[in-house]
Amino acid sequence: MNTPVLKTEKLKAYYVLDVHGELKVVKAVNEVDLEIRANEVYGIAGESGCGKSTLLKALYGAIEPPLRLIAGKVYYFIEDKQLDISKISAEEKRKLRWEHISYVPQGSMSVLNPVIKLRETFSDFISSHVSGKTKGDAFEIAEGRLTELGLPIKILDAYPHQLSGGMKQRVTIALAALLKPRIIICDEPTTALDVVVQRGVVQLLKDIQKRLENSIILVTHDMGIQANVADRIAIMYAGKIVEEASTERIFGEPLHPYTRYLINSLPRFGDKAPRESAPGNPPLLSRLPEGCPFHPRCPYVTEICKQQMPDTYVVDVNHKVACWLIAEREDAKTS
Amino acid sequence: MQKLLEVDHLTKIFTLGSIISRVRITAVDNVSFDIRPAEIFALAGESGCGKTTTARIILGFDEPSSGAIIHKGKRDLKPKNRKVWFTEGIQAIFQDPFGTFNPLRIVDRYFFETIRHYRLASNKGAAIQLIDQKLKAVGLSYEEVSGRYPSEFSGGQLQRISIARALLTDPILMIADEPVSMVDASIRMSIVNLFKKLREELSVSVLYITHDLATAYYISDRIAIMFRGNIVEMGPVEQVLMEPKHPYTRLLRESIPEVNPDMRWREMVTLTDIEHEEYLRQGCKFAGRCPKVMEICKNIVPENIDIEGVQVKCHLYSSNNRTHGE
Repeated sequence: MNTPVLKTEKLKAYYVLDVHGELKVVKAVNEVDLEIRANEVYGIAGESGCGKSTLLKALYGAIEPPLRLIAGKVYYFIEDKQLDISKISAEEKRKLRWEHISYVPQGSMSVLNPVIKLRETFSDFISSHVSGKTKGDAFEIAEGRLTELGLPIKILDAYPHQLSGGMKQRVTIALAALLKPRIIICDEPTTALDVVVQRGVVQLLKDIQKRLENSIILVTHDMGIQANVADRIAIMYAGKIVEEASTERIFGEPLHPYTRYLINSLPRFGDKAPRESAPGNPPLLSRLPEGCPFHPRCPYVTEICKQQMPDTYVVDVNHKVACWLIAEREDAKTS
Repeated sequence: MQKLLEVDHLTKIFTLGSIISRVRITAVDNVSFDIRPAEIFALAGESGCGKTTTARIILGFDEPSSGAIIHKGKRDLKPKNRKVWFTEGIQAIFQDPFGTFNPLRIVDRYFFETIRHYRLASNKGAAIQLIDQKLKAVGLSYEEVSGRYPSEFSGGQLQRISIARALLTDPILMIADEPVSMVDASIRMSIVNLFKKLREELSVSVLYITHDLATAYYISDRIAIMFRGNIVEMGPVEQVLMEPKHPYTRLLRESIPEVNPDMRWREMVTLTDIEHEEYLRQGCKFAGRCPKVMEICKNIVPENIDIEGVQVKCHLYSSNNRTHGE
């Protein structure tokens, strides 16, 4: 059950920019340790500019300038073998993509080629990844997959502009799941969709995960979606994972002050009690404060928070927190 | 009851396509509601339901095809006839705080411009004092803002600045079109709370246009749910969102993910593939997806029916069908 499929070790990925002769460093992913297990939905939540999308790029091995891998490792586990993705060739990486790991980027509704029918898109896709298939075979695979996922086959004869946003999003997810990858990364798949359509997309993701028994990494800032889909959730703030726990614990017993603000500020039906959001604004990743990045906004700030980043403490099985307040608790162990 | 603003049988028809294949889409279909003093009224619905078009007509950006806006006892306000007395009382906040401001102008110029336009201060000292007062009402100050460009602020700060600018004229009504949908989650509630505070302290009414029913529930007093141009249900927010009557409101309400992992969705939903069809439907626009659809729904547009203070546009509640309603 707890076999890992993907792991990072002290991953650091920075954008290094040259702004008018001055070097500007944006610390988008800053010492991230995480482990994705087989057969789970791993949610990553955090607000815009916290580094979520950059983390995904690093996990997918799609690091291109100005983004640079500064330190740390990303490992894939393929049939008990541990693979360091910074050490494999571009060709090997290409082979892994879509078959082992696939990625649905944000705004992926617009990735579909507007001037060809979806039938062509599907067959291009299949013939470039699966060798020895004729066009007829490819269509058969595509049709079979769509039926399985409850999407109408008639969309294969449509152009992308004829579909609604929600349908396009579901088609791209179906494409990503076509070759039954072990890991699917979804970046904000429900953003900019209406609530009823969001629900359809969530349904599809859950369905795929159940069918393939694979791992889905779901990035979204929408905590309602996270509560509905994720098994475990990581809360990201300013390039760091500040808390990671099972969904039940993140919502029921959040420990990091930032997570608490995030959870407690969510409006709930049937409860009109005043909700407060965290004071201040998130920091710029190019101008991070010393110590814990949340300290300027934290109501429990102490001297040490301003100087040193706390370690990640394990407070319970499946519950890790990076906060000095937790360090003082007896049951806390450094990981 | 006294009314601040009345929207009276508003209809807006857009014509799409060329001369040969013309499609007429009724974006806003016979919509009526009113806004009372010191009340937060939410106009909610999914994209394409007509909520933004309604706001644009109220603000005078679009002409209605028929119907009228009644403000201060005057009706038929053609946008070109609207003068300072209208905009002074009604101010707007828009969705994208980054698009509200010109990136090449310092933000205080917007404040001075508004002051000059409405002749709100006689000299620069008085103007600065007024700006500072309004900025303090939203949790900022003139010192923090003056001389800076929009790029130096976060989205949340810019949204506060645009609210402060709207406050300059001491409006009685603010029209806020999705004011928090582009603001980060951790500071979203502070903006929402700001509307609440303005209502309580300055008696400003707010027309809160949103797709987010959770925040609408949190701040508003009354709510109207729109679907494909119609208001399908309208009434006190507690009743409409906690005991929804119209099948569409129910679907919408159930589709909002609860922030509670114990309450996950179990039922499946059906989605439409083609949106056009719903606008062009003859009877009830929701008939194609409604779980309780009847023969009559497909042909005849339902009337607005009043049930315990909630207005519902659904055949289930008409007198001869009432038994099916529960």
